[in-house]
Amino acid sequence: MKAASAGGLSRRGFLAGAGALVVSFSLLPRLASAREAAAADQALGKVAALPGSLKDAPLLDSWIRIDADGGITVFTGKVELGQGIKTALIQIAAEELVVEPRRINLVTADTSRTPDEGYTAGSQSMQMSGTAILNAAAQVRTLLFGMAATRFDVPAERLAAQDGVIRAADGRSVTYGELVTGEALHVAAQPRSALSDPGTRTVMGRAMQRVDIPPKVTGGASYVHDLRLPGMVHARVVRPPSYGARLATLATANVEKMPGFVKLVRDGSFVAVVARREYEAVSAMRALAHAAVWEEQPSLPAQSDLYAYIQRLPSQDTVISGGTAAPSFGAGTIAANYSRPYQMHAAIGPSCAVGLLQDGILTIWTHSQGVYPLRTAIAEMLRMPADQVRCIHMEGAGCYGHNGADDAAADAALIASALPGQPVRVQWMREDEHAWEPYGSAMVSSVKARVDAGGNVAEWQYDVWSNTHQTRPGPAGYLAPAWHLQMPFTPPPPKEVPQPAGGGDRNAIPLYKFPNARVIHHFIPTMPLRVSALRALGAYMNIFSIESFMDELARAAGVDAVDFRLRYLDDPRAREVIVSAARHFGWSRYQRQQGRGRGFAFARYKNVAAYVATAFEVEVERESGRVRVVRAVAAVDSGEAVNPDGMRNQIEGGILQSLSWSLYEAVTFDHIRITSSDWGSYPILRFQGLPDSVDVYVINRPGQPFLGTGEAAQGPTAAALANAVADATGARIRDLPLTPARVKAAIGI
Amino acid sequence: MITLDVNGRAHQIDADPATPLLYVLRDHLKLNGARFGCGLGQCGACTVMADGRAIFSCLTPISVLQGRPIKTVEGLGTIEDPGPMQQAFIEEQAAQCGYCIPGMMMRAQALLERNASPSRAEIRDHMTPNLCRCGTHMRILRAIERAARAMQSGTARGAGGSGR
Repeated sequence: MKAASAGGLSRRGFLAGAGALVVSFSLLPRLASAREAAAADQALGKVAALPGSLKDAPLLDSWIRIDADGGITVFTGKVELGQGIKTALIQIAAEELVVEPRRINLVTADTSRTPDEGYTAGSQSMQMSGTAILNAAAQVRTLLFGMAATRFDVPAERLAAQDGVIRAADGRSVTYGELVTGEALHVAAQPRSALSDPGTRTVMGRAMQRVDIPPKVTGGASYVHDLRLPGMVHARVVRPPSYGARLATLATANVEKMPGFVKLVRDGSFVAVVARREYEAVSAMRALAHAAVWEEQPSLPAQSDLYAYIQRLPSQDTVISGGTAAPSFGAGTIAANYSRPYQMHAAIGPSCAVGLLQDGILTIWTHSQGVYPLRTAIAEMLRMPADQVRCIHMEGAGCYGHNGADDAAADAALIASALPGQPVRVQWMREDEHAWEPYGSAMVSSVKARVDAGGNVAEWQYDVWSNTHQTRPGPAGYLAPAWHLQMPFTPPPPKEVPQPAGGGDRNAIPLYKFPNARVIHHFIPTMPLRVSALRALGAYMNIFSIESFMDELARAAGVDAVDFRLRYLDDPRAREVIVSAARHFGWSRYQRQQGRGRGFAFARYKNVAAYVATAFEVEVERESGRVRVVRAVAAVDSGEAVNPDGMRNQIEGGILQSLSWSLYEAVTFDHIRITSSDWGSYPILRFQGLPDSVDVYVINRPGQPFLGTGEAAQGPTAAALANAVADATGARIRDLPLTPARVKAAIGI
Repeated sequence: MITLDVNGRAHQIDADPATPLLYVLRDHLKLNGARFGCGLGQCGACTVMADGRAIFSCLTPISVLQGRPIKTVEGLGTIEDPGPMQQAFIEEQAAQCGYCIPGMMMRAQALLERNASPSRAEIRDHMTPNLCRCGTHMRILRAIERAARAMQSGTARGAGGSGR
């Protein structure tokens, strides 16, 4: 049994055995205090904002419904991407509603059922949806206690709840389902909630097995790829061979005679074939691709000249930090340039969608990150009213940003519109996904700093050049299939994600307190390759650059890399993750072995979200130039940890994925086509390249705001890797990825 | 008609003999476990077992599989009664998106049926054909080691390891 903490400060107590969800209203913060606080806000003329996504969907029953039989349904506009968000949101709702997690049915993004929470992106699901559900659940619980108090004619303080039942001291009880009638939860959320005491968590903060894993390991229907509707047919799209290709001629007669052929759908250069069986559709697509003649134009820059080319393109320059006057940069100035290539999401399963046009309503099952913006885009593309389009999220293969999901949904919409009444499943081929998904932008950065006689940074200037990191639908012009129609849509002029989150300039402003820091974002509107959001956006590159350069400065100053960083940080949480990662790594007692080295890096994601510090040991094989991380240690502080094992899984995964990006990955192209078309031409991390160990330490801060986790490891991983290679070899590599050829060149082999 | 033995049951398949097994498993037999990843034998998402060995079902035409017992992840157990490999992946929480995981389990199962207690290096070498993009590799390795221990100690529930 957990007890309330001393002095009555913790007002929540547990009335039954260990782990049981029992809470007494008298031990909860009273709603009155929340009301008083709201009234005080009002008196001061402050309009207190509703927390998280409640401000966009303020009715409690948009988030939580309770049926007469006591079934609880929680709604979120966010989606499961493999990051474990479903489980974390269930934990939050169970905690505040005082029920067992298994009682909660969670419904994720569906334009007919759930709130509009935009995209599931930016590591914001916990901040936005988690915070909304936390507060909505607390307010629903308060309402339930109030209704029970009225029913029993006893003060709410004399009631206790356990797993969906509220009991009075005299033994009378009522279930949540009996209490909630009619529109009882159809009420506006309040700015403040009587949240449960963070010190007495029983569900949040504990490792909970993810709800989606058992079906995934037993052959359950887990993904949109597994959706089988009655009468469903299969489609494949004959994708153009290059961005600007136009279909000149297409011989279709032979294909129409192929087994299972149902229909050819053609609109301009958009060509799809539908067949009864999936493999029949694949075979027909291949035959059609063979019969198609395309007109292609050279439009891509020379890969060997990519970074100079990018910097020659016109840019819109913004000073995002510091004054207009450039620092003086006298004696003691050092400078370095860094680069990253185009890199891809490269989900293991190519994108897929199912479409059905029935009775004038087009339904799309999709693994899009944003069902509402996708609905807007599809409606525009098909010139339909948005209320006749419904987009329902189902999981896809791992999502690390804007991949082919929305485009596959557009394919399904176009094809299903040509086959009313018949469900159509369309899946991309591997080469479609590799060549057509929007990549993470290639980027260049330049850093300059002056170090004074004491080894301290006196001046700092950082410049970053990048395309946008956001070309998501909304606009139909951001759906690739819409570019190929007879009446094509064109992408609207790109915009950048504004500061403080930033896009190409995400994390471009150092968190370190330097006396004179100037940061300039060179935003390049011209996009030679299709780009959009890839996990962490520009933060991956900016943190790589800044944290590599910090290492270079520390070396120049002869100061330990960890101590050097701590000099410029006063945020105690930043300092704590750094100290934690260093301690778990054994930084201060490290003994370098031949061919090995260590590297450290730190960042606070977006400068306002999760804190991550990484410490790696690498081994470098001089003869081959091959780099392998031997062990990786990370510490993370994402505020209150709802599912600590889920956070560890995200950081472990972020480390391994970013290692893959940073060691192996660069999209290749010639003047006309993307040439990274499969796993042979775009290699990624395999089991043989793994570290021996990856250890993640979670710093849990109950009661603190959720900060999100999913993208926070990408940048620190790249920098810790490069710093460790520099430590092992004495050679600094500033261009990603750290390929064997680059390593050999750097160490002079 | 081609007869395929899948998870211990015989199925008459009416399809072009050149059809890769993957499409028959998913489209004809409505099994979800084997997944399309690349169609090229480069990623392993489609991995199943035939004659006790891991194969790429996206590349293997059904014409060569007549009379060779095929096992998919559905043959390792059920959600109500998971086999030791499945249970190990649940206990290690060895999935993020999970799309690659059935292929991982089938390749690992093929290893453990021939080598009951492989070293970590042997597991890494054996698993190298299969790709994971979420970076769940370390948990996958731990899950395979856990499954090996469970199968060896016979603590597994049911006959999931090899009998189904």
